[in-house]
Amino acid sequence: MSELEYKIVVGLEIHVHLATRTKMFCGCELAYGEQANTRVCPVCIGMPGVLPVMNKKAFEYSVLTALALNCNISSFTKWDRKSYYYPDLPKNYQISQYDLPFSEHGHIEIPLEDGRTKRIGIIRAHLEEDAGKNIHTLGNFSAIDLNRAGTPLLEIVTEPDMNSAAEVRTLATQLQRIVRYLGVSEADMQKGHMRFEPNINLHITKDGTLYKTSISEVKNLNSFRAIERSVAYEADRQLDEFLETGATMKMGNKRTYGWDDENQCTVLQREKEEAHGYRYFPEPDLVPVEMNEKWLAEIKSRLCELPLQMQTRFAGEYKLSDYDAGVLTADRSTAEFFDRAVKAGGDAKRLCNIITQTGLKIANVKGCTVAELPITAEALAKLAQMVEAGEISPSASAAIFEDMVNTQKTPDTIVREKNLIQKNDAGEIEAMVDEVIAANPKAVADATSGGKKSKKAIGFLMGQVMQKSRGQASPKVVSAILSKKLG
Amino acid sequence: MAKKIDESQVRQVAKLSRLDLTDDEVARFSIELSAIVEYIEKLNELDVDSVEPLAHCLPIGNVFRADEIRPSLDTEAALSNAPQRHDEYFKVPKILDDNSGA
Ligand SMILES: [Zn+2]
Repeated sequence: MSELEYKIVVGLEIHVHLATRTKMFCGCELAYGEQANTRVCPVCIGMPGVLPVMNKKAFEYSVLTALALNCNISSFTKWDRKSYYYPDLPKNYQISQYDLPFSEHGHIEIPLEDGRTKRIGIIRAHLEEDAGKNIHTLGNFSAIDLNRAGTPLLEIVTEPDMNSAAEVRTLATQLQRIVRYLGVSEADMQKGHMRFEPNINLHITKDGTLYKTSISEVKNLNSFRAIERSVAYEADRQLDEFLETGATMKMGNKRTYGWDDENQCTVLQREKEEAHGYRYFPEPDLVPVEMNEKWLAEIKSRLCELPLQMQTRFAGEYKLSDYDAGVLTADRSTAEFFDRAVKAGGDAKRLCNIITQTGLKIANVKGCTVAELPITAEALAKLAQMVEAGEISPSASAAIFEDMVNTQKTPDTIVREKNLIQKNDAGEIEAMVDEVIAANPKAVADATSGGKKSKKAIGFLMGQVMQKSRGQASPKVVSAILSKKLG
Repeated sequence: MAKKIDESQVRQVAKLSRLDLTDDEVARFSIELSAIVEYIEKLNELDVDSVEPLAHCLPIGNVFRADEIRPSLDTEAALSNAPQRHDEYFKVPKILDDNSGA
């Protein structure tokens, strides 16, 4: 048996729809799910004699994203035509960027399962326009909807720095968080706002010799699950193929696959024999873009704390678990709301519990984010403080939170009005404990027996006291008095 | 003298452009395109050592529009020049994805 080791090598191409109101080169509204061919004009359906004009916001969104990905922003960038003939591409070329993209040489940090982070290089990010949609339901014909044609599309290309299907998935989710934090894309996978194309091959070491399998590109993946599964599938398939045939990479024989979600496998689409079939040439209808210091500084000022930074800070500074920090930072407004509440004096762990256990549920029912609920971070901090001080029980805090949302009253008002103030008065509680002890001689006997039944009996007596106080007694105080009485 | 654009190159470009050329046409275009390229090659005689590469013929940059919605075409107008339509869609012969596509 020969010795064999292998490493999965993956790079990703990512296409992101930018959340502008209009298309890249014309004023047609971006709309998802509208009736076909209602958001089209002479520019985006490729009529002769029309002139494209750049959408400034799309360009700035792209620069902002590239800055968040630590890319260098070019002081000079231009547009090129990428020629190919396909019915959903009405001009027979796509306006894209070839040799002078607006940004290059960046990186993105992704969290690993062991808590460390890994740096994945970004080769380049460039801006282009999306094509229309091709619907193959007419037998020998296709139906074309050009509403999507001309949508601003940011293409991000990573270095082949990922070494597992899980890493590829993690990068995809991180990138989704980043573009959402920046507000440059809704990044809704189901609406096709993000599409992923992994390039996968294996570096196999067999008997001391290194072999590289040929690269497979899987096209147009639009779910995190499909990304992860297709990479894992391709790695397995390539290993089997190598073991069977010994075939290795030849120049330019990258193969293109699609992902068959139903059968959970990749399907060979075509061999890319003509790598330079796109006949790129400079777009004469668009002038170049020059970036100056002032404009760049202005765009830079729109950067925010990024999701992974925030997650790491919450875990470190606020001593939250990675999991909790991840839940809180999944959405920027929720993360910032939490952060404000902590800064307003609430205990971080307590606020985290209140937000993740109660807040997200209420927000979900109302169809908004926690930050959009009609409560202030300061009011929520006050609620957390009241729980910490033992004034209200953690279980009562959920109901108070809901009341705060519905009535917009402060937590102390609600607590006062509903008489929810937790009783810490030892005298009053002691009286209740005495009553319970007197009424339950059997349980008291079990509790003091020290045997197996003891724990259960103490719990029962606790419950009786809490019930007597209608949940308002502080469990801490009840427990202390009860154990003293039971000796 | 070898032709600048030989017949295999004509066939290649025709394939990318989805044009179905006869052998006669391939031969004719090879001659015609070669003549055009030869003519343009005159430019190679220019000394451009001290000339900066030009990305665009106009000496301006940063021509933008604001991200503001403008009316789109009426669907009927958009489809009015289409040789075939299906409801509100353009209808075209089905093309199987061979080696095109972005
Ligand atoms: Zn348009």
